Amino acid sequence: MIADAKPSLSKTPVFVAGVSGLLFGIGLVLAGMTQPSKVVGFLDFGGDWDPSLAFVMGGAILVFAPAQWWIRRREKPALASTFSMPPKAHITKPLLIGSSLFGIGWGLSGFCPGPAIVSLGALLPEALLFGGGMVAGFVLFQWVGTRAGIETKKL
Amino acid sequence: MEHFTPITSSLGGVLIGLSAALLFGLNGRIAGISGIAGRLVEKVPKGDIAWRFAFLGGLVVAGIGAAWLVPETIHMGISRSPAALVAAGLLVGFGTRMGGGCTSGHGVCGIGRLSTRSVVATLMFMATGAATVWIIRVLFGGVL
Repeated sequence: MIADAKPSLSKTPVFVAGVSGLLFGIGLVLAGMTQPSKVVGFLDFGGDWDPSLAFVMGGAILVFAPAQWWIRRREKPALASTFSMPPKAHITKPLLIGSSLFGIGWGLSGFCPGPAIVSLGALLPEALLFGGGMVAGFVLFQWVGTRAGIETKKL
Repeated sequence: MEHFTPITSSLGGVLIGLSAALLFGLNGRIAGISGIAGRLVEKVPKGDIAWRFAFLGGLVVAGIGAAWLVPETIHMGISRSPAALVAAGLLVGFGTRMGGGCTSGHGVCGIGRLSTRSVVATLMFMATGAATVWIIRVLFGGVL
């Protein structure tokens, strides 16, 4: 039984999420994602290109793709009642516009959400400024997005 | 510019993949950081809150540990004004919620499960990110 975008609520073990977050954070640091200069170097295709971050994505996908295939053959996750998965198809305007805006902010700062939160833990001053903006962006979308009826899907 | 780091970057990627597999296999959740964090400003059901804080807390602890043990790994390395950083944060916060994901949710998990939406989203943010970096380098000399 695979349910689309139906979150499993109270049963979700919190400690697993904590371990997963810690592992994710260590991975980001080791990968070089907490160095915005490396991110900008990766996005600078026309300049002195640093392909390192392609290896981050490649390594992560090489592990996650077979893992999720194997996991989804089961009826449900080991510690929860349902899989919570966003839809795969439906290319929508919010998807295109939102992702484009995200890319501009990513290129502008070299931060995406994960590395920014890790760097917040390290009290990097730039991450504090970026993080403040990011939370304001979340709140802004919650106002504007809801008012304009923009779909926001569960992740 | 920077040193090419294929080995540590691949190993970091493998850890990220393992983390996402753990969260999906045990909790049934997709490790999409903008969604995990962004939905905390919405009305989410009571039982749907604690795991989000736990995951984000794990990220923060990784940052505390890195700042202590390997401080050189948390480093800007580029020059950006406070205004540019706040503006970038706004764009990333708003954009990832509107687009339903970021580098983790779309770029790793979505592509990993062959989601068309995620492939398209990733191409979009890579393209606009590259264009932004190009503009900053060519028009502003790499400083903003």
